Amino acid sequence: MPNTAKAKKHWYDYLWIVTPIYLGLGFFNILFAWIGLVFFFLPLILSACGFGKIYCNLYCDRGRFLDLLGKKLHISMNRKTPKWVSSPVFRYGFLIFFLIMFIQMLFNTYLVFSSAKTLSETVKLFWTFNVPWNWAYNGSAAPWVAQFAFGFYSIMLTSTLIGVIFTVLFKPRSWCVFCPMGTMTQLICRIRAPKGEK
Amino acid sequence: MQSKRYASVGARCVACGCCLKVCPMGAIDLKYGVKANIDVQKCVGCGRCANECPAGVIEILQRGEK
Repeated sequence: MPNTAKAKKHWYDYLWIVTPIYLGLGFFNILFAWIGLVFFFLPLILSACGFGKIYCNLYCDRGRFLDLLGKKLHISMNRKTPKWVSSPVFRYGFLIFFLIMFIQMLFNTYLVFSSAKTLSETVKLFWTFNVPWNWAYNGSAAPWVAQFAFGFYSIMLTSTLIGVIFTVLFKPRSWCVFCPMGTMTQLICRIRAPKGEK
Repeated sequence: MQSKRYASVGARCVACGCCLKVCPMGAIDLKYGVKANIDVQKCVGCGRCANECPAGVIEILQRGEK
C-alpha cells in the first residue's frame, strides 16, 4: 500500500534513546556494559528464528541514533558512501577483524579471571588508545566481571564513534553497510533463505 | 499508466532496510532478509530509495533498460 499519509510513530521509533543511555550509564558505572550483550545476541537470535533482518530494519538503536544525528541534527555531509565500503572483501574483512578483537577481549577477561593479569580500568578506543575510566568501577564486582565490562564497553563505544564518523562523512546510516552484526545477520538469512533467494 | 523509470537493487545490498521506510509506494520488501526486492510494477522511479541507500547500490533505470 502506498505510504502517502504521514507515517504513524511506533514505540521502536524512539529506540535511538537506548544508545546515549547505554553509553551514559557505562560512563558512571562500567558494569552496565553487560547490558550490551542484548544488542549482541538479540539480532542473531531473531535472524536464526526466521525474522530476517528485522533487528536492523526496526529495532537497532544505533541505526536510529545515527539516523537522528544525520537527519534531525543535520551533522551528515550526506555524501555517497565509497564503493569499497560495501565490497564483500571489506565487509567480511571487518567482521573477521571485529571477531578477532572480540575473542581477544574474552581472552583478557579469562586472564583476569585466572589471576594471570590484573584488572585494567581503562577503555580501549579504536582498539589502540587506552583511556583511563577508573571512576566507573568501585570494586563491587569480581575483577573479571569488570574486565569484561571494560572490554565490551570499549567495543560499543568504538563502534558507535566509527558510526558517528561515517555519519558525518557520508550518509547517516553508512555504518550499517559494514556493521559486523548486520553482516552476521545477513549471513544467517542467506543460510536460511530458499535456494533461489540467496 | 506505468512510470518511465524504476529502481533496481544491486548485488551488494546489505538489507539494512533504509529504502523500505522511504518508499512512497510500499514497493520494497526484504523477504528473507538477504536483499531488498523492488516490485517494478509498483515502483514509480521517484529515486527516494536510491538517495537514502547508505550502500549506494540502488540505481534508477529507464523502463526497457536492463
